[in-house]
Amino acid sequence: MADTAHGIGGLSFDSKKRDLPPELGVGIALVLIIVVFEALGWLFMNDSFLFNTRENIDGIFNVARIKIIILQVAIIGIIAIGVTQVIITGGIDLSSGSVVAATAMIAMSFAQAGQIYGNPNDRAVFFELGWVDLPIIVPLIVGLGCGLVAGAINGLLIAYTKIPPFIATLGMMVTARGVAKWWTKGQPVSFPTDSYAAIGSGMTPVFIFAAVAILFGLALKYTVYGKHTYAIGSSEAAARMSGIKVDRHKVLVYTIAGLLAGLAAIVLSSKNLTAQAGMGMMYELDAIAMAVIGGVSLTGGRGSILGTVLGALIFGVIISGFTFLKLDAYYQEMVKGAIIVGAVVLDQWRQRRAAMKS
Amino acid sequence: MSDIVLKTEGLTKHYGGVHALEGANFEIRRGECVAIMGDNGAGKSTFVRQITAVEQRTSGRIWFNGGHVEFADPLEAREAGIETVFQTLALADHLNVPDNLFLGRELVKFRLGPFSILDYKAMRKATIEGLEKTGVKIPNISNTIQNMSGGQRQCVAIARTATFKSKLIIMDEPTAALGVQETAQVENIVRTLKGQGEPVILISHNMRQVMDLCDRIVVFRRGRIVANLRKDETDGQDVVAYITGAKTQAEYEDVAAA
Ligand SMILES: Nc1ncnc2c1ncn2[C@@H]1O[C@H](COP(=O)(O)OP(=O)(O)OP(=O)(O)O)[C@@H](O)[C@H]1O
Ligand SMILES: [Mg+2]
Repeated sequence: MADTAHGIGGLSFDSKKRDLPPELGVGIALVLIIVVFEALGWLFMNDSFLFNTRENIDGIFNVARIKIIILQVAIIGIIAIGVTQVIITGGIDLSSGSVVAATAMIAMSFAQAGQIYGNPNDRAVFFELGWVDLPIIVPLIVGLGCGLVAGAINGLLIAYTKIPPFIATLGMMVTARGVAKWWTKGQPVSFPTDSYAAIGSGMTPVFIFAAVAILFGLALKYTVYGKHTYAIGSSEAAARMSGIKVDRHKVLVYTIAGLLAGLAAIVLSSKNLTAQAGMGMMYELDAIAMAVIGGVSLTGGRGSILGTVLGALIFGVIISGFTFLKLDAYYQEMVKGAIIVGAVVLDQWRQRRAAMKS
Repeated sequence: MSDIVLKTEGLTKHYGGVHALEGANFEIRRGECVAIMGDNGAGKSTFVRQITAVEQRTSGRIWFNGGHVEFADPLEAREAGIETVFQTLALADHLNVPDNLFLGRELVKFRLGPFSILDYKAMRKATIEGLEKTGVKIPNISNTIQNMSGGQRQCVAIARTATFKSKLIIMDEPTAALGVQETAQVENIVRTLKGQGEPVILISHNMRQVMDLCDRIVVFRRGRIVANLRKDETDGQDVVAYITGAKTQAEYEDVAAA
């Protein structure tokens, strides 16, 4: 059969012209936002946002500010890595903030020091049992285990009872917060061992965030796990018909999200040197926002870890920018809400455009 | 008897009050091409979904390759050797052609449970070969399915079933969205498969195609099989009479009357 200009084979195709990766747009947005804050800084504050203006410090950039930006998004960023995977399957996880609180309370109880400034730490949760000064591995396993169990329950509920992810994880959100309060009847859990405190000190949270991001970024791109995660979000029915064990895969994805929430709880409680029942409030929404800003589609099938990392940085730059401009915290929250809605609107718009192209 | 590849007995599916499929007795032998015809909503796709375990049937028994089978999910049916082009195509919109071709049975470089490392290069190569073998032309296989025309999507779904080793191929309206040339290509694929002794179940509304390709025509009407016709003992008008209900074969009269 001769090649004709008709039908499927007929269209010419320029293989050099590729679609630009969607992360590029997010990266450009990040740069633009930094430029805007830089301009506003010179306009209103007579200072630079990004660059070093202090005489007594060396360097071109304001390293202190950059460090703060990254550090303040690192912990929620860890959660966002898990939430990203959940959203790519077409699901949602509203429980992460509460799981952080419950996990932090429980894990911290296994990480308390036996003595404070030479006096016995008799307010430690397990002081009577003598479970103080335990090796670091104990709170780590307990913390990761708590997150894992919470995530697995989410996943099992969603996969096997077929209730919507929104409802299942909303239930977990309320329950886990309850657990966090019940654990010590509202008392904070403080004074961790030095080794536990080291996990969240300095820039360590950033390294943990980076490691988690790289690990799951690679997993999503180069493993069967990633392929199936995208396939399920793209079309659950198609994935099922193609022979993917959709239910089992969902349990795995939600379990990973729970595990990462557990990890975030360990880092956060270590960094704060205390765990409280009210911690992690609204973290789930911030994590979802980071993912959505980073181009992860709430309808599933699209997005990447790189996008979410960039989304997290945008998030951090905006919060930091507001602090830099000395805007009230009230405005910060209002604008944060607007950004989340804006990102979803942008996503809808992108999808309509994609639909029109096909 | 031993060359019977697939056999169903009393296959039934009810969706609540809807009796979409009622007591279907069906068989197909090696090298046979059996057409399933029937009006819209006659239960043809429902029949396919029960065989491939996309849904769990209400009742009935299935034999495949000589043995009684209970597939728990589509993966088991596929692993047993049943390849299907579903009417809905079952493609993931956001993935490209190789990803879709190998969806659910990815080639891997390194085994590590769910985290096995994908072998993109091998899948790409096999995809290009598979497309060539089946004569399906896609301008750019790195394109995601969502950016493809209806016919291109259908070609991808067909290439997916034709590139893998199988013992039975089921195609649910594979040429519904195809142009003249592409339809001819798909018909060639079916002929080739038949020549290799591979049994094909072809669901189609296209009488010419059915008469050209198939040895036998099974007619569905309102969820029941109402006729089982050898091609050389029937003609288009006769088949239409069964489809519309003007005629019913004697041996199916009792079921069809219900
Ligand atoms: N999930 C479902 N729930 C309820 N009813 C269903 C479901 N799937 C199919 N049906 C009904 O079962 C009947 C048979 O549908 P089926 O898809 O098998 O028809 P078909 O013969 O393949 O038709 P077509 O030629 O249009 O593809 C229809 O009346 C349909 O409405
Ligand atoms: Mg159908």
